[in-house]
Amino acid sequence: MTARTIHWFWYASPQTFFPLAGKIARVCAVLAVLLGIAGLYVGFFVAPTDAQQGESYRIIFIHVPAAWMSMFLYVVMAFWAAIGFAMHTRLSGMMARSLAPTGALFTFIALWTGSLWGKPTWGTWWVWDARLTSELILLFLYFGFMALQASIDDRRRADRAGAVLAIVGVVNVPIIYYSVNWWNTLHQGASVSLTRAPTMAKTMLVGMLLMALCFWMYSIAVALWRVRCEITENG
Amino acid sequence: MNWTFAEFWHMGGYGFYVWGSYGVTFVLLAIELVVLRKRIQRNETAA
Repeated sequence: MTARTIHWFWYASPQTFFPLAGKIARVCAVLAVLLGIAGLYVGFFVAPTDAQQGESYRIIFIHVPAAWMSMFLYVVMAFWAAIGFAMHTRLSGMMARSLAPTGALFTFIALWTGSLWGKPTWGTWWVWDARLTSELILLFLYFGFMALQASIDDRRRADRAGAVLAIVGVVNVPIIYYSVNWWNTLHQGASVSLTRAPTMAKTMLVGMLLMALCFWMYSIAVALWRVRCEITENG
Repeated sequence: MNWTFAEFWHMGGYGFYVWGSYGVTFVLLAIELVVLRKRIQRNETAA
Protein backbone atom coordinates (compact mmCIF):
# COMPACT_ATOMS: atom_id res chain seq x y z
CA MET A 1 0.00 0.00 0.00
CA THR A 2 1.44 3.31 -0.99
CA ALA A 3 0.52 6.60 0.60
CA ARG A 4 -1.31 7.61 -2.58
CA THR A 5 -3.80 4.74 -2.49
CA ILE A 6 -7.36 6.04 -2.31
CA HIS A 7 -9.00 4.64 0.79
CA TRP A 8 -12.45 3.98 -0.64
CA PHE A 9 -13.81 2.36 2.48
CA TRP A 10 -12.68 5.36 4.49
CA TYR A 11 -15.62 7.19 2.93
CA ALA A 12 -18.08 4.47 3.94
CA SER A 13 -18.10 6.13 7.36
CA PRO A 14 -20.65 8.96 7.61
CA GLN A 15 -18.27 11.28 9.46
CA THR A 16 -15.54 11.10 6.82
CA PHE A 17 -18.06 11.27 3.98
CA PHE A 18 -19.61 14.48 5.32
CA PRO A 19 -17.00 17.02 4.09
CA LEU A 20 -16.51 15.17 0.78
CA ALA A 21 -20.27 15.23 0.12
CA GLY A 22 -20.31 18.99 0.70
CA LYS A 23 -17.53 19.58 -1.82
CA ILE A 24 -19.10 17.38 -4.51
CA ALA A 25 -22.52 18.98 -3.93
CA ARG A 26 -21.14 22.48 -4.47
CA VAL A 27 -19.43 21.52 -7.75
CA CYS A 28 -22.57 19.75 -9.00
CA ALA A 29 -24.80 22.70 -8.07
CA VAL A 30 -22.64 25.09 -10.11
CA LEU A 31 -22.62 22.65 -13.05
CA ALA A 32 -26.41 22.26 -12.80
CA VAL A 33 -26.92 26.02 -13.15
CA LEU A 34 -24.52 26.30 -16.10
CA LEU A 35 -25.96 23.24 -17.90
CA GLY A 36 -29.50 24.49 -17.23
CA ILE A 37 -28.77 27.88 -18.78
CA ALA A 38 -27.11 26.22 -21.78
CA GLY A 39 -29.94 23.71 -22.16
CA LEU A 40 -32.69 26.34 -22.00
CA TYR A 41 -30.79 28.54 -24.45
CA VAL A 42 -30.49 25.70 -26.97
CA GLY A 43 -34.06 24.57 -26.27
CA PHE A 44 -35.69 27.94 -26.84
CA PHE A 45 -33.32 29.89 -29.10
CA VAL A 46 -31.42 27.35 -31.21
CA ALA A 47 -33.79 24.40 -31.70
CA PRO A 48 -36.26 25.06 -34.54
CA THR A 49 -40.05 24.85 -34.42
CA ASP A 50 -41.27 21.27 -34.84
CA ALA A 51 -42.95 20.67 -38.20
CA GLN A 52 -45.81 18.61 -36.73
CA GLN A 53 -46.26 19.87 -33.17
CA GLY A 54 -45.30 23.52 -33.49
CA GLU A 55 -43.92 25.05 -30.31
CA SER A 56 -45.68 22.61 -27.95
CA TYR A 57 -42.85 20.11 -28.44
CA ARG A 58 -40.54 22.39 -26.37
CA ILE A 59 -41.98 20.67 -23.30
CA ILE A 60 -39.69 17.78 -24.31
CA PHE A 61 -36.68 19.56 -22.81
CA ILE A 62 -37.99 18.94 -19.31
CA HIS A 63 -40.40 16.06 -19.87
CA VAL A 64 -37.91 13.48 -21.17
CA PRO A 65 -35.00 14.35 -18.83
CA ALA A 66 -37.41 14.33 -15.84
CA ALA A 67 -38.81 10.94 -16.89
CA TRP A 68 -35.27 9.55 -17.25
CA MET A 69 -34.32 10.86 -13.81
CA SER A 70 -37.48 9.44 -12.23
CA MET A 71 -36.50 5.92 -13.32
CA PHE A 72 -32.76 6.30 -12.83
CA LEU A 73 -33.06 7.73 -9.31
CA TYR A 74 -35.35 4.87 -8.34
CA VAL A 75 -32.75 2.31 -9.46
CA VAL A 76 -29.98 4.14 -7.57
CA MET A 77 -32.21 4.40 -4.49
CA ALA A 78 -32.99 0.66 -4.63
CA PHE A 79 -29.29 -0.08 -5.16
CA TRP A 80 -28.27 1.77 -1.97
CA ALA A 81 -31.19 0.28 -0.07
CA ALA A 82 -30.04 -3.21 -1.16
CA ILE A 83 -26.42 -2.52 -0.16
CA GLY A 84 -27.63 -1.33 3.25
CA PHE A 85 -29.85 -4.39 3.58
CA ALA A 86 -27.00 -6.79 2.78
CA MET A 87 -24.04 -5.07 4.45
CA HIS A 88 -25.70 -3.15 7.31
CA THR A 89 -23.93 0.05 6.33
CA ARG A 90 -25.71 3.03 7.82
CA LEU A 91 -24.62 5.43 5.10
CA SER A 92 -26.38 3.32 2.42
CA GLY A 93 -29.76 3.74 4.12
CA MET A 94 -29.13 7.48 4.38
CA MET A 95 -28.36 7.60 0.65
CA ALA A 96 -31.59 5.79 -0.22
CA ARG A 97 -33.63 8.13 2.00
CA SER A 98 -31.95 11.18 0.50
CA LEU A 99 -32.77 10.17 -3.06
CA ALA A 100 -36.46 9.41 -2.57
CA PRO A 101 -37.92 12.96 -2.40
CA THR A 102 -36.00 14.12 -5.48
CA GLY A 103 -37.02 10.97 -7.36
CA ALA A 104 -40.65 11.55 -6.44
CA LEU A 105 -40.33 15.18 -7.55
CA PHE A 106 -39.02 14.25 -11.00
CA THR A 107 -41.71 11.58 -11.34
CA PHE A 108 -44.37 14.20 -10.64
CA ILE A 109 -42.73 16.63 -13.08
CA ALA A 110 -42.67 13.93 -15.79
CA LEU A 111 -46.40 13.26 -15.23
CA TRP A 112 -47.31 16.95 -15.01
CA THR A 113 -45.43 18.03 -18.13
CA GLY A 114 -46.67 14.92 -19.94
CA SER A 115 -50.23 15.92 -19.12
CA LEU A 116 -49.68 19.47 -20.38
CA TRP A 117 -48.14 18.04 -23.54
CA GLY A 118 -50.84 15.43 -23.99
CA LYS A 119 -53.69 17.93 -24.01
CA PRO A 120 -52.65 19.83 -27.17
CA THR A 121 -51.17 16.80 -29.01
CA TRP A 122 -53.46 13.89 -28.01
CA GLY A 123 -56.50 15.92 -26.99
CA THR A 124 -56.53 14.55 -23.44
CA TRP A 125 -54.80 15.32 -20.13
CA TRP A 126 -54.62 11.70 -19.11
CA VAL A 127 -55.23 8.16 -20.37
CA TRP A 128 -54.88 4.92 -18.44
CA ASP A 129 -52.38 3.44 -20.85
CA ALA A 130 -49.34 1.34 -19.93
CA ARG A 131 -46.71 4.11 -19.96
CA LEU A 132 -48.69 6.64 -17.97
CA THR A 133 -50.07 4.13 -15.49
CA SER A 134 -46.69 2.51 -14.75
CA GLU A 135 -45.13 5.96 -14.24
CA LEU A 136 -47.94 6.81 -11.81
CA ILE A 137 -47.20 3.56 -9.95
CA LEU A 138 -43.57 4.73 -9.73
CA LEU A 139 -44.77 7.90 -7.99
CA PHE A 140 -46.74 5.79 -5.50
CA LEU A 141 -43.66 3.58 -4.92
CA TYR A 142 -41.65 6.67 -3.98
CA PHE A 143 -44.46 7.87 -1.69
CA GLY A 144 -44.76 4.40 -0.17
CA PHE A 145 -41.02 4.25 0.49
CA MET A 146 -41.03 7.67 2.17
CA ALA A 147 -44.17 6.94 4.21
CA LEU A 148 -42.81 3.58 5.37
CA GLN A 149 -39.50 5.15 6.40
CA ALA A 150 -41.30 7.92 8.27
CA SER A 151 -43.67 5.55 10.08
CA ILE A 152 -40.98 3.39 11.75
CA ASP A 153 -39.08 5.04 14.60
CA ASP A 154 -36.22 2.56 14.79
CA ARG A 155 -33.82 3.66 12.00
CA ARG A 156 -32.43 0.19 11.40
CA ARG A 157 -35.86 -1.39 11.02
CA ALA A 158 -37.07 1.51 8.89
CA ASP A 159 -34.12 1.05 6.53
CA ARG A 160 -34.72 -2.69 6.24
CA ALA A 161 -38.46 -2.32 5.59
CA GLY A 162 -37.80 0.47 3.07
CA ALA A 163 -35.19 -1.68 1.33
CA VAL A 164 -37.65 -4.53 0.79
CA LEU A 165 -40.19 -2.15 -0.75
CA ALA A 166 -37.57 -0.41 -2.90
CA ILE A 167 -36.10 -3.67 -4.21
CA VAL A 168 -39.49 -5.23 -5.03
CA GLY A 169 -40.53 -1.99 -6.75
CA VAL A 170 -37.57 -2.13 -9.13
CA VAL A 171 -39.53 -4.51 -11.40
CA ASN A 172 -41.67 -1.51 -12.32
CA VAL A 173 -38.75 0.35 -13.93
CA PRO A 174 -38.26 -1.95 -16.96
CA ILE A 175 -42.05 -2.10 -17.27
CA ILE A 176 -42.14 1.71 -17.64
CA TYR A 177 -39.23 1.71 -20.05
CA TYR A 178 -40.51 -1.04 -22.35
CA SER A 179 -44.23 -0.31 -21.91
CA VAL A 180 -44.35 1.52 -25.24
CA ASN A 181 -43.04 -1.62 -26.99
CA TRP A 182 -44.97 -4.24 -25.04
CA TRP A 183 -48.42 -2.66 -25.22
CA ASN A 184 -50.33 -0.50 -27.62
CA THR A 185 -50.13 2.91 -26.05
CA LEU A 186 -50.91 6.48 -26.96
CA HIS A 187 -47.42 7.40 -25.82
CA GLN A 188 -44.82 7.47 -28.56
CA GLY A 189 -41.82 5.14 -28.53
CA ALA A 190 -38.34 6.17 -27.45
CA SER A 191 -36.86 9.00 -29.53
CA VAL A 192 -33.39 8.27 -28.20
CA SER A 193 -31.93 4.80 -27.74
CA LEU A 194 -28.50 3.25 -27.54
CA THR A 195 -29.07 0.98 -30.52
CA ARG A 196 -30.58 3.33 -33.09
CA ALA A 197 -29.84 6.80 -34.41
CA PRO A 198 -32.04 9.38 -32.65
CA THR A 199 -35.22 10.25 -34.54
CA MET A 200 -35.01 13.96 -33.87
CA ALA A 201 -33.18 17.07 -35.06
CA LYS A 202 -29.66 17.39 -33.73
CA THR A 203 -30.20 20.70 -31.95
CA MET A 204 -33.32 19.32 -30.22
CA LEU A 205 -31.28 16.34 -29.06
CA VAL A 206 -28.46 18.58 -27.79
CA GLY A 207 -30.93 20.71 -25.81
CA MET A 208 -32.50 17.62 -24.30
CA LEU A 209 -29.16 16.08 -23.31
CA LEU A 210 -28.00 19.35 -21.73
CA MET A 211 -31.18 19.47 -19.66
CA ALA A 212 -30.72 15.81 -18.71
CA LEU A 213 -27.18 16.56 -17.48
CA CYS A 214 -28.54 19.59 -15.59
CA PHE A 215 -31.09 17.38 -13.81
CA TRP A 216 -28.36 14.84 -13.05
CA MET A 217 -26.16 17.47 -11.42
CA TYR A 218 -29.13 18.96 -9.58
CA SER A 219 -30.10 15.53 -8.23
CA ILE A 220 -26.57 14.71 -7.07
CA ALA A 221 -26.22 18.08 -5.32
CA VAL A 222 -29.61 17.89 -3.58
CA ALA A 223 -29.17 14.24 -2.57
CA LEU A 224 -25.72 14.91 -1.09
CA TRP A 225 -26.94 17.96 0.83
CA ARG A 226 -29.74 15.79 2.17
CA VAL A 227 -27.28 13.03 3.13
CA ARG A 228 -25.37 15.64 5.14
CA CYS A 229 -28.59 16.50 6.98
CA GLU A 230 -29.20 12.80 7.65
CA ILE A 231 -25.67 12.44 9.05
CA THR A 232 -26.10 15.47 11.32
CA GLU A 233 -29.51 14.34 12.53
CA ASN A 234 -28.92 10.60 12.89
CA GLY A 235 -25.14 10.15 12.75
CA MET B 1 -35.03 31.11 -33.38
CA ASN B 2 -35.69 34.83 -33.50
CA TRP B 3 -38.57 35.61 -31.19
CA THR B 4 -40.22 38.90 -30.45
CA PHE B 5 -41.11 39.24 -26.79
CA ALA B 6 -44.82 38.64 -27.49
CA GLU B 7 -44.12 35.62 -29.69
CA PHE B 8 -41.95 34.10 -26.99
CA TRP B 9 -44.77 34.20 -24.41
CA HIS B 10 -47.36 33.11 -26.95
CA MET B 11 -45.30 30.04 -28.02
CA GLY B 12 -47.27 29.60 -31.21
CA GLY B 13 -50.51 29.30 -29.25
CA TYR B 14 -49.10 26.76 -26.81
CA GLY B 15 -47.97 29.29 -24.20
CA PHE B 16 -50.23 27.87 -21.48
CA TYR B 17 -48.88 24.34 -21.94
CA VAL B 18 -45.21 25.23 -22.40
CA TRP B 19 -45.02 27.81 -19.58
CA GLY B 20 -47.28 25.71 -17.39
CA SER B 21 -44.69 22.93 -17.69
CA TYR B 22 -41.61 25.09 -17.18
CA GLY B 23 -43.21 27.24 -14.47
CA VAL B 24 -44.36 24.35 -12.29
CA THR B 25 -41.04 22.53 -12.72
CA PHE B 26 -39.09 25.63 -11.72
CA VAL B 27 -41.33 26.34 -8.71
CA LEU B 28 -41.13 22.73 -7.46
CA LEU B 29 -37.33 22.61 -7.73
CA ALA B 30 -37.15 25.98 -5.94
CA ILE B 31 -39.43 24.69 -3.15
CA GLU B 32 -37.22 21.61 -2.72
CA LEU B 33 -34.14 23.84 -2.42
CA VAL B 34 -35.81 26.20 0.09
CA VAL B 35 -37.04 23.30 2.26
CA LEU B 36 -33.57 21.73 2.18
CA ARG B 37 -31.89 25.04 2.99
CA LYS B 38 -34.16 25.48 6.03
CA ARG B 39 -33.28 21.97 7.18
CA ILE B 40 -29.55 22.71 6.84
CA GLN B 41 -29.88 25.98 8.76
CA ARG B 42 -31.90 24.26 11.50
CA ASN B 43 -29.12 21.69 11.87
CA GLU B 44 -26.47 24.40 11.99
CA THR B 45 -28.21 26.32 14.76
CA ALA B 46 -28.83 23.09 16.69
CA ALA B 47 -25.18 22.07 16.45
